[in-house]
Amino acid sequence: MSAEGSVVLAKRRPAGPRLDVRWGGLGRTVALYLASIAVAFGLSALLVQLTGHSASSAFTAMYQGSLQDGGALATTVDEAVPLLVVALGTIVANRAGIFNIGQEGQLIFGAMIGAAVGLKVGGLGAFGMVLTLLASAVGGAFWAGLSALLRYWRKVDVVISTLLLTFVAFEVVSYAVTNPALLRETKVGGSITAAESNMLPDSVQLPRLGSPPDFNLSLGFFVAVALAILVMFLIRRTRWGFRLRLLGLNRTVARRAGVSEWRMGTTALLICGACAGLAGGIMLTGTVFRIQAGFSNNVGYQGLLVALVAQGNALVAIPVAFFFGALRSGGGFLATTGVPRDFVDVVQALLVLAAVFPPAFQWLRRRRRATQAPEPVAPQAGEAAA
Amino acid sequence: MSNLDSAVTLLDGAVRLTVPLGFAACGELVAERAGTLNISVEGMMLGGAFASVAAASAVGQPALGLVAGALVGMAIGWIHGNFSHRLAANTFVVGLTLNTLVLGLTGFLIADHQFNQELIDNTSIPGLSGIPLIGQPLFDQPWPCYLFYGLIPLTWWLLFKTRWGLEVRACGENPQAADVSGVQVNRRRRETLLWCGLMSGLGGAYLCVCETGIFNAGMTAGRGFIVIAAVIFGGWTLRGAILGCLLFGGADALQLTAQALGLHATPELLISAPYILALLAMLFFAKRNRAPAALAQPFERGLT
Repeated sequence: MSAEGSVVLAKRRPAGPRLDVRWGGLGRTVALYLASIAVAFGLSALLVQLTGHSASSAFTAMYQGSLQDGGALATTVDEAVPLLVVALGTIVANRAGIFNIGQEGQLIFGAMIGAAVGLKVGGLGAFGMVLTLLASAVGGAFWAGLSALLRYWRKVDVVISTLLLTFVAFEVVSYAVTNPALLRETKVGGSITAAESNMLPDSVQLPRLGSPPDFNLSLGFFVAVALAILVMFLIRRTRWGFRLRLLGLNRTVARRAGVSEWRMGTTALLICGACAGLAGGIMLTGTVFRIQAGFSNNVGYQGLLVALVAQGNALVAIPVAFFFGALRSGGGFLATTGVPRDFVDVVQALLVLAAVFPPAFQWLRRRRRATQAPEPVAPQAGEAAA
Repeated sequence: MSNLDSAVTLLDGAVRLTVPLGFAACGELVAERAGTLNISVEGMMLGGAFASVAAASAVGQPALGLVAGALVGMAIGWIHGNFSHRLAANTFVVGLTLNTLVLGLTGFLIADHQFNQELIDNTSIPGLSGIPLIGQPLFDQPWPCYLFYGLIPLTWWLLFKTRWGLEVRACGENPQAADVSGVQVNRRRRETLLWCGLMSGLGGAYLCVCETGIFNAGMTAGRGFIVIAAVIFGGWTLRGAILGCLLFGGADALQLTAQALGLHATPELLISAPYILALLAMLFFAKRNRAPAALAQPFERGLT
């Protein structure tokens, strides 16, 4: 056991590897991160070169598509915002010790509810837009609520139920958009309709600061950043946040301290689902404007990865989401170089592994060192909790 | 087409669609009994499928495709095991990432390459394949299908009749107790992931080498997740998991046959049926079909 784990709760943290953030270790930590990220990029470059493409032109294209000018940067932010919102909800659930991996389904289900409402409230102006976003959040929360119900009523594991419900959500949306009585495009004249909903009316679409060829920001960006600060404040500075963390750190202690597990857990799951749904709503009203099968496009899964790479810290999630967003928007530009688009997935996966590796490696090193050195004398509080 | 003929066609389709799932389910069951809710099974199947086509096309021997598929599946299992049961990285991060990695990598490689189509022909078992109704679907299949029939009892023996299997199940039920008894919990979990990779890779390879003969990007199309659903549906028992695969493979075949016969079925309902059935099974048989107690929980020595 590491020497700095003097606080009993910290010792029992179930989250696994943590970063070495002591000043002495900081240089080594940074070096380790840089090295593993370099390895990830190196492997990706090698892959491109070996298949007869040019690695430099591939990375240049990704840079041009994501960061080079205002327009590209705006696309990156648009991609990053839903990822961040999903990640924030995930952080809340993770802090309560609940592992939801169904954000993808909650996102698409929320967006479907949002679309159903948004198509009806075109005449209400800005109020209609707010209503659409709220409906998306409620939709996402409902889908996560099913998992909460299964967990606290029948003890079905949240991981399992959220995973399975994701695929059910895909099919629900697919059914809704193929069925003319539900959300399928309405026929205009003799046109052939596709399996997708109508475009949302203009008044429901998110307003933007600036206009598309230059740098611009949609309202969603401000919502997401505000939400990040709110989540950080809630978790760190409120009594509710303390109870949430207590539940995540030690269920038994939390129960003895009067935290209702099912109530707290349900709330955390609902928040997680609502965030995923809201992210879907932001995508719907900000960039996509209509719902179709495949709408979620891995945003839910990647948002989950953002939360875990950010190690449960809401503010760290902002740059991580930006980085993931840059990869997504940069991928769109790859087509010009002849490198298949799937390359982005490879780069992204390798980078996630590179981001996961350093803390895990340091944790392993510390544990190895701890097993060799004699066990430090446990503080007295440790006896009481054991 | 007579009724008997269409029933035989339906059963034949069901068996064909079940075998790839069944291979992977034999692996996934062992991994889950050791406490890993392995979601990289999708990536293992996809990687196995790609490797089998690449190897079979390069050598001209579809049988070698199966070997290559199994090896690639094991490689993915090795990476997963080392990340999540040596470095203690979150198993879902690793699983999701590996799925993305394999999807991207195979999609990237197939975009530039053309492979020859190599298929294993059906081998009819004399006598048995003459049984009316079930004879042809069960015993007139490519030979790896018979390998699958053999691997079911092997998996059962491995998991329930060997010391290794007992230790594996202990790791999934109570890793602390297993650790105290001298079982190397994380090592056992890594070994089960290798087994899972082997079997899932075979499943993916079967899909390519015995069914389609070609590889398309993302061709497993969520079969790995159906396998997870089947293991859950089967209440973490081998016969339950195989039954689940048969049911979900059958539903898939029914969908195809229904189209051919001009019957109308809601495709969305049939596609989501495995997941809904798995959830219902957990809901109603929660007492009997108990998940391994330490499923999806990382193990660290010395912590309670």
